[in-house]
Amino acid sequence: MSSPQLQSNWVGRYADWLIRYRWLVAIGALLLTFLAVSGARFLGFNNDYRAFFSDANPQLQAYEQIQRTYTKNDNILFAIVPKGSEAFSTSALAAVEEMTEKSWLLPYALRVDSITNFQHTIAEEDDLLVQDLVENASGLNTETLASIKSTALADPTLKERLVNSDGSVTGINITFQLPQKSMNETPEAAAAAQALMEEIEAKYDVEVYATGIILLSNAFFEASQSDMSTLVPLMYLVIIAVVFLLVRSVSATFAALLVIIFSMAAGMGLAGFIGVKLTPPSVSAPTIIMTLAVADSIHILVSLFAAMRRGLSKHAAIKESLQLNMGPVFLTSITTAIGFLSMNFSDAPPFHDLGNITAMGVMVAFFLSITLLPALMAILPVKSRVSESKIGRSMDALGDFVISRQRPILLVGVIISLALLVMVPRNEINDDFVGYFDESVEFRADSDYINENLSGIYQLIYSLESGDSNGVSNPEFLAKLDRFTEWMETQPGVRHVNTIGNTFKRLNKNLHGDDPAYYKLPDDQELAAQYLLLYELSLPYGLDLNNQLNVAKSSTQVVVTLDNLKSKELKAVADAGSNWLEKNVGLTAYGVGPAIMFANIAERNMEGMLVGTLVALVLISALIGIALRSVKLGTLSLIPNLLPAGLAFGLWGALVAEVNVAVTMVTGMALGIVVDDTVHFLSKYLRRRRAGYNVEDGLRYAFSSVGVAIVVTSLILIAGFMVLAQSSFGMNSSMAILTAICILMALLADFLLLPILLMKLDAKAYDPAIPSIESKEQDYATQPL
Amino acid sequence: MQPNRSKKQFLTRVLAGTLALATFSVAANELDLAAEKGLEIAKEADRRDLGFGDISNNLTMTLRNKYGEASMRSMRTKTLEQEDDGDKSLVIFDNPRDVKGTAFLSFTHKVGSDDQWLYLPALKRVKRISSSNKSGPFMGSEFAYEDIASQEVEKYTYKYLRNETFDGRDHFVLELDPVDPKSGYSIQHIWIDMEEYRAWRTDFYDRKGDLMKTLTVSDYNQYDDKYWRANKMEMVNHQTGKSTVLQYSDWVFGNGFTDRDFTKNSLSRAK
Repeated sequence: MSSPQLQSNWVGRYADWLIRYRWLVAIGALLLTFLAVSGARFLGFNNDYRAFFSDANPQLQAYEQIQRTYTKNDNILFAIVPKGSEAFSTSALAAVEEMTEKSWLLPYALRVDSITNFQHTIAEEDDLLVQDLVENASGLNTETLASIKSTALADPTLKERLVNSDGSVTGINITFQLPQKSMNETPEAAAAAQALMEEIEAKYDVEVYATGIILLSNAFFEASQSDMSTLVPLMYLVIIAVVFLLVRSVSATFAALLVIIFSMAAGMGLAGFIGVKLTPPSVSAPTIIMTLAVADSIHILVSLFAAMRRGLSKHAAIKESLQLNMGPVFLTSITTAIGFLSMNFSDAPPFHDLGNITAMGVMVAFFLSITLLPALMAILPVKSRVSESKIGRSMDALGDFVISRQRPILLVGVIISLALLVMVPRNEINDDFVGYFDESVEFRADSDYINENLSGIYQLIYSLESGDSNGVSNPEFLAKLDRFTEWMETQPGVRHVNTIGNTFKRLNKNLHGDDPAYYKLPDDQELAAQYLLLYELSLPYGLDLNNQLNVAKSSTQVVVTLDNLKSKELKAVADAGSNWLEKNVGLTAYGVGPAIMFANIAERNMEGMLVGTLVALVLISALIGIALRSVKLGTLSLIPNLLPAGLAFGLWGALVAEVNVAVTMVTGMALGIVVDDTVHFLSKYLRRRRAGYNVEDGLRYAFSSVGVAIVVTSLILIAGFMVLAQSSFGMNSSMAILTAICILMALLADFLLLPILLMKLDAKAYDPAIPSIESKEQDYATQPL
Repeated sequence: MQPNRSKKQFLTRVLAGTLALATFSVAANELDLAAEKGLEIAKEADRRDLGFGDISNNLTMTLRNKYGEASMRSMRTKTLEQEDDGDKSLVIFDNPRDVKGTAFLSFTHKVGSDDQWLYLPALKRVKRISSSNKSGPFMGSEFAYEDIASQEVEKYTYKYLRNETFDGRDHFVLELDPVDPKSGYSIQHIWIDMEEYRAWRTDFYDRKGDLMKTLTVSDYNQYDDKYWRANKMEMVNHQTGKSTVLQYSDWVFGNGFTDRDFTKNSLSRAK
């Protein structure tokens, strides 16, 4: 059994010092913590969806390039749904007209497009009439309404974009030019849009829905805030309940709670100092830090109470607990931090932040667990209560069971593992930015409605280069553009293709006395250029062609609106478009936009995370090898540490089969967490073996001494991640559920697989000369839990 | 009833009412004065430019986006002063090549929409543009048609704001409120120098009242010892980062143009 008193090592001297200067230590630790927490004043929320992409991201670069060339694509799309189901009635059109007018006044609005301000062109002898399609809607008669409806439904630029095909829902699209100087711009625009929606709904008999990139960014922002305000309090409850159930002491619960809260707050404060701006993934850091910090406190408190129950004085118990736990808690904190730091290999900056904040928080938790926690325990009155454990005895039984039934367990284990592992490839990566939010989020509900009833949310943008300035008027180029448009319209999932070609055709018809036979592209460059000049001279404020043509009129952008496609299908359409252009018309252009950026985000991250996870694996295995002083066991530990991730992905593949970018982080992160159990188990086992016992004795000892602790910490971690799984934001919830499954799998692997591996591969007797450093390891055998 | 008290109350009310009315009328009076002074300045600027007769010049237009990509257009313009109405003007495009020979004729009116025609050489037809829109960009530039069309006093209401001195000149600063509801602007601020009544700078505010564009005018020359014309006008759009420079040259006054040079039929001949 452990005899920490024998080691008058530096930990013992530290414990004595700490107990003597307990007030000083408590106050000093608190002051340092407050210093770290003070960084929180620099924290803010990042409410730009672009935060998910590094500056080096090729899809972001391509998109930014297009945004520089044309008007920006940051938008809000309103859908106006008349309660009477006829969108072309005086009242419904009046609502659209008023909302269109007022949308110009939204903060940072640059352009407003709707069916009412659509620039309708008509030929009247030698006049070209250019006017709003709807003016003074409330005074229109039935005939005019009918003609407006037929014009709108016949116009290829409007249909399926600003009016649905049966004319029951119409849209208003607002383009914004955010100065990007303040983080308040997006919430400001979103709030003004919300107020306008309410105003219109109150005044007219219509319902208004809204989606768009601005609201996407805003939804990220709101998801961060709502996670902060719902998950963190829930986490407090879980922690208080768990700690109190385990230690049955109010003062210990209080001390642990302080450690946990301060670890979390200091982690966030340090994040402020290094300039982190919060995004939904990094907002899950507090929950994760709290979960991990509980484990540290529990280890220390449980040994402390165990020692007191054995009759030690409080101070002696504190000393013993520190001597037992300092090493393991440090090692598990470091491995956990390494696991989280591996997120820095990801391409998505929010995950760097999540990894770094959590790593810092975990190290703060370690620091507070060996300073503030024991100091507070030394200060506060603590009573130990005698209680009996049944779990302890059941662990012995489990050990016996595993040893006596190794063959069937191995067989069943291998079969289940294989069955799960073959399910891994069933997982399909799908990052769709609407689907990140669950149905309780308004952005999701509205986007789904608009997607179903008006127009698609996902867009691909191709910028076609003619190669010459003013080359967009070149008939050859226009013919290529036209062929591309026609081909694109036949692709699966494509709902609308917006192109300048339609404008040329319409003008050609108008300038030939509205003869439908002339609804075709002009076949002469000069004619086309002069149409454009004429048209530009007649356009109103804000409705220029900058959103379709660059300044030199050498290139034009084609905007393809799509159904809610899966990442894979979206990429397929985008690539097919590029290939078609290359092959058929010799143009090079790539489909870009936020949708395709998210569609590629998982793949981009996978590349980085493969390296990151590997680095974490090597570092963590090396640390275990050094700590156990055994290369063999360090290597062997890889199996129970890596297999859980595989099994978790397999189970996920069998049950859900859809993953997003966040799960690329799970392996590295989970590795850092689950490795702790293995470390505890192996160190106990080794101690016994090095004392000259055989493999079975070593295993029995490991089960009876740390079995309970492993179960308890695993359950705490699972509970913590299940809290995070309640997030309405898909990246957070699926990452959390997968991690929780990982931890459960690791528990099974440590109890069932690891012992059998040891019996098969480590049966040879040990050289008793090797000293055992892990005698510092915690002795759980006598702990009633 | 306490007659005394109610009498006192009554008096107080009357007094307060009178005071409020006085303050209000002082404020209203100040507003009137500002409007009157503003209008006077605008009229004086207009008066000083009366009688120029006609002008021809050449113009190059350089469009730039935020990232420095540039595009050039060049054209010639002819203007004929009208006694009782806005000026008539003709713009003939030389470059880009595909619009060469396209000619744009406009009659500005002091009140109501302007008349506009465009001759399309590729179609060999003159088309009247019937549109009340005039705030769209002129040839894709940062200048709206309303920014470069002849500035008639009647197109705005005015308010004198303050005096301001820069570049060694004293300026009146006026606020202009466009009369046309289709204007792209809520208001404009214009800086007019006190000595020669030339406009040096204009700030354009969009419909939601945010600063949208700034026009800076420079390189003024005097013609016929009377009429000041600037060679350079630069418009910067603060919201999109785009800009356009108009560079004028070859100013000629007294060309002897008549109304016959500014008709629908003259358009196709204007080369």
